[in-house]
Amino acid sequence: MVYCSPWLTEQSFFKEDFTPAHADKFLFNLAPGIAMFVALITGAAIPWGGTLHLFGTDYALQIADLNIGILYISGVVSIGVYGIMLGGWASNNKFALLGAIRASSQMISYEIGMGIAIIAIVMMSGSLSLDEIVRQQAGFHWNIFYQPIGFLIFITCAFAECNRTPFDLPECEQELVGGYHTEYSSMKLGFFMFSEYVNMFISSALMASLYFGGYNMPFIDQLGLPQNVLTLLGTAFLFAKIFFFIFFFMWIRWTIPRFRYDQLMHLGWKVLMPLAIVNMLLTGGAILLKNGL
Amino acid sequence: MLLTNRSKVVSKKEMTLSEKLYLPAIATGLGITLKHFFQKKATFSYPEVQREFAPVFRGRHVLKRDDQGAERCTACGLCAVACPAEAITMIAAERKRGEEHLYREEKYAEKYEINMLRCIFCGLCEEACPKEAIFLTDRITTAEYHRDTFIYGKDKLVEPIDQRVDVSLRGKPSGRD
Repeated sequence: MVYCSPWLTEQSFFKEDFTPAHADKFLFNLAPGIAMFVALITGAAIPWGGTLHLFGTDYALQIADLNIGILYISGVVSIGVYGIMLGGWASNNKFALLGAIRASSQMISYEIGMGIAIIAIVMMSGSLSLDEIVRQQAGFHWNIFYQPIGFLIFITCAFAECNRTPFDLPECEQELVGGYHTEYSSMKLGFFMFSEYVNMFISSALMASLYFGGYNMPFIDQLGLPQNVLTLLGTAFLFAKIFFFIFFFMWIRWTIPRFRYDQLMHLGWKVLMPLAIVNMLLTGGAILLKNGL
Repeated sequence: MLLTNRSKVVSKKEMTLSEKLYLPAIATGLGITLKHFFQKKATFSYPEVQREFAPVFRGRHVLKRDDQGAERCTACGLCAVACPAEAITMIAAERKRGEEHLYREEKYAEKYEINMLRCIFCGLCEEACPKEAIFLTDRITTAEYHRDTFIYGKDKLVEPIDQRVDVSLRGKPSGRD
């Protein structure tokens, strides 16, 4: 949408903060906070780089190396639905409520395909830790070469989860007044908008980490650079990948028009979910064959 | 009759597998978008960059002075009659003794107003003018915040003596040599 550009998000600090008279004040204020909070804490489990060695201490460029990192992220992402649902519900406006139902059913539907697509990755790497998954992709063994279908499912679901263009039915700014955030204004609307942008960044980081080797660069080990330089270069390379995916998000936005709602549900439940299950079964079969039955 | 050769006959055949997958179509679409991304832009960021106008462009009017700097307009009213949008109004006045350097003939326009919101820039006023007093130029009527500021009086229409407006840039007006 036009008014959710980061530039205008800063503008929204200065706009009138309006709360409808019949809205549930507490939930109305809580919902954008949940949306923003949940969007931000997903970044904790993502490995932004290798290890920096400074003054005799090792600093891992990851806030928390959870051994259940993927589980944590998919759990936190599903909490994000609460922000949207509560926002629409607390507005006490039927259009906001309808928009919230539309948005949350979309997000719940696409989480399934996304989760099953990730399971294939977890089966391959044998670990739920994101750092471990990234490290296993070192030396150009990127998961995209082994899981192309899984990546396709993941990126489609990521678009739907972030409410980006082919799946931006929760907003529909061209034909509707707005979705779940109809009654929101000022920085609360800004929080909803900005959490979408943060989600876009995080899902780009996830795509880079899960499928495109994260902070790994092919053939960089052969240059013989010191450890710290390698780590910083890796972080820069990860961000280059992230920026590419953000560009891809925008690129798709310039290109593909919006799906109809029944098409959205059809794609999510009847195409992506069976395809993800088949992909998971194929991965399992391949692992069995490789390990000699 | 075909207007262009670009029309295609639509068939309702079953989609093939590659069409059902959508992915080839999406890839083609992305390619087209990327091609346009690197193409020259069709737009200008207006106040900073101005588009070049065609030589026949008809923009904001000017009321010309003669070589001595006297106003050429005699308030005959032919432009107002010719104007299909009825945008021009004027009040005529008689030239007093001692004003010969200001007005070329005995009668002049005391008040001459063009409503730029009504004007359609057709150029009929300039064709109607027997004194070669009014011309449309290659300048743009600027945007304003209030409607009344779009009514241009003589202060905006008559060319300043020291800053003559060159109307030859527009080429010859139609119907004249």
